[in-house]
Amino acid sequence: MEDQDIRQHTIAVLVDNEPGVLARVIGLFSGRGYNIESLTVAEVDDAAHFSRITVVTSGTPMVVEQIKAHLGQLVPVHKVRDLTLEGSHVEAELALVKVAGTGEKRVESLRIADIFGATVDDTTLDSFVFRIDGTSEKINRFINLMRPFGMVEVVRTGVVAVSRGNKGFS
Amino acid sequence: MTGERMTGSDVLLRALAEQGVEVIFGYPGGAVLPIYDALFKQNAIRHILVRQEGGAVHAAEGYARSTGKVGVVLVTSGPGATNAVTGLTDALMDSIPVVCLTGQVPTHLIGNDAFQEADTTGITRPCTKHNYLVKRSEDLARVVHEAFHVAQKGRPGPVVIDLPKDILQGAATYSEPPPGRHRSYNPQVKGDPSAIEQAVELMAKAKRPLFYCGGGVINSGPGASQLLTQFVHMTGFPCTLTLMGLGAVPASDKQFLGMVGMHGTYEANLAMHDCDLMINIGARFDDRVTGRLNAFSPNSVKIHVDIDPSSINKNVAVDVPIIGDAGHILEDMISIWKARQHRPDGKALDSWWKEIEAWRARDCLHYEPNDSIIKPQFALQRLFEKIKGRDHYITTEVGQHQMWAAQFLGFEKPNRWMTSGGLGTMGYGLPAAMGVQVAHPDALVIDVAGEASILMNIQEMSTLAQYRLPVKVFILNNEYMGMVRQWQELLHGGRYSESYMESLPDFVKLAEAFGATGLRASKPEEVDDLIDEMIAIDGPVIADIMVDKTENCFPMIPSGAAHNEILLGPDDKAVRPVSEEGMVLV
Repeated sequence: MEDQDIRQHTIAVLVDNEPGVLARVIGLFSGRGYNIESLTVAEVDDAAHFSRITVVTSGTPMVVEQIKAHLGQLVPVHKVRDLTLEGSHVEAELALVKVAGTGEKRVESLRIADIFGATVDDTTLDSFVFRIDGTSEKINRFINLMRPFGMVEVVRTGVVAVSRGNKGFS
Repeated sequence: MTGERMTGSDVLLRALAEQGVEVIFGYPGGAVLPIYDALFKQNAIRHILVRQEGGAVHAAEGYARSTGKVGVVLVTSGPGATNAVTGLTDALMDSIPVVCLTGQVPTHLIGNDAFQEADTTGITRPCTKHNYLVKRSEDLARVVHEAFHVAQKGRPGPVVIDLPKDILQGAATYSEPPPGRHRSYNPQVKGDPSAIEQAVELMAKAKRPLFYCGGGVINSGPGASQLLTQFVHMTGFPCTLTLMGLGAVPASDKQFLGMVGMHGTYEANLAMHDCDLMINIGARFDDRVTGRLNAFSPNSVKIHVDIDPSSINKNVAVDVPIIGDAGHILEDMISIWKARQHRPDGKALDSWWKEIEAWRARDCLHYEPNDSIIKPQFALQRLFEKIKGRDHYITTEVGQHQMWAAQFLGFEKPNRWMTSGGLGTMGYGLPAAMGVQVAHPDALVIDVAGEASILMNIQEMSTLAQYRLPVKVFILNNEYMGMVRQWQELLHGGRYSESYMESLPDFVKLAEAFGATGLRASKPEEVDDLIDEMIAIDGPVIADIMVDKTENCFPMIPSGAAHNEILLGPDDKAVRPVSEEGMVLV
């Protein structure tokens, strides 16, 4: 079973928005040696006080099953869904990318940003802050292209994801 | 009555009483003074004053394991809570329902490094099933009711409720337990019917089947143990139990092969290795049981019944997982077995039993008797003979004596055997015995101990004296940390680094200092008289049995070895030296 392939999974978790809930989730991963590749959390239902956590992790099928079983047993957790196993889903991430420079590089960075559909959220005479959203892979490509143009700072939200089709989560 | 004005402490005690709590094990301090004041004014709940908070949690564990109820602990903030951490971790590993109330500094001082402040919910998050910090008095009653629900349902475990002093002191309103399902925590109890059917079909066809059952059967209640025994008889299959499961099937039953695992019997371990169908009910493929994983029961189809979904496929990949309560699933299995009029494959089963009987004939628990030195196994055999007919409960500390107790004291019923399995907590046995004796005042409660372990919570002798709890401490005194010494002998070239107990106290005088009776035996012929005297004394006793200093505990599966590489005794050379990987394992 150790030889089984390690695969990336995107897991959606619906939790009570209460103090300590994020610490429980993170502690579960760190305490058992699981990976967190990305994690996002925000309240999604202010009447019911539900937050939704999207966690991207990787592991063998046995490890991923363990992760989901442990998550499901946390008292404030209402639902756990493995979007990767459940079939096609939509993933998105947002990044702010600061590129500093003047002259030809500055012009080229703006041109590529335009191709990627990134918007300019702020500019000074020698810098841009681009905002780009989309799949993680698209953002990776954008960041790699911006690097030679004087990228000085990048911040990413981490992945949020939702399943396709007409069914809701809760 | 709902809506009455009370303090937080009143609400707390009322909620505890509503949950059926009769006794609390605790130790006072500044942050919990309001609770102690409320306790003083009532008679519904009894409080047992321990001598250290660690003892309180183990006492609550002993109480819980011997009754099936939730054990309740009350400690103060800061050091009170941190002292409870070992017991909480112990209860988590062994699935014991415990509710631990911890004091906390008032809400406005939280995070201020106030006197006796500790981040109790932060510290206990990984060692509890769940924990709460009550920040609003209106949440108090609901949280207490919920804590009992969480501690008991599914795989049981410890729950901490952290109680700031202002919440306890201020006005609060009581509320009844909410009706209906919990909003998020409702573990599955009934198993998937198709998986159960599949399991029963496999059983009907099996040629070399084996029941491998554990603490999940005990935790499901005495009914589950009865059902298991019934099913074992109905099928004619052999059955082995884990350390936590002892008593689920009577030890005297012919179909019981003894305990499985590192110090389990030869026949149980070889049957695990060679079976073609393993029916695991309420055991978790612990590393003490499996040995080397890639050589674990290589040719068996595995059925795994567990209430904890995260125990399924954790260490060992199984073929038929069934999530649910052991008792419910056993009931379903039995009714399907009956309805389909299954008969086991008699011919195959006969030849399987023949093999098992040949292994049994090796008499793996045999030891060399001695006329002048007390062998620890001999002392336990004599103890067992003397207590057989009595209503008795056994607790242990951790080490060689614990394994010998598991091997030599036969458990006929569930809930009679309290030992620290998962965490291996030295110092568990004495406070646990205290909790058992509180729950069963008239029973014979014996803590089988080592001289090293007993010193870890020896202060609780004072609690025994205060409440006249007639616990018998039966020390197998070899003046070594025996299991450490054994590993040093077998794995570290006999370099007995720090495992010799120098400057041991005189346990007879120590007993007397605590108002108990001290007894000592140094020769085999003294053992019977000592045990008779110990049982006859109406009060706590420390019996100091001076045993062979160099005796090792066998059988033993060396770390990193497979079941069929089990060592039977000192002359049994390992098939191969312990591997590098094995040396790393504990």
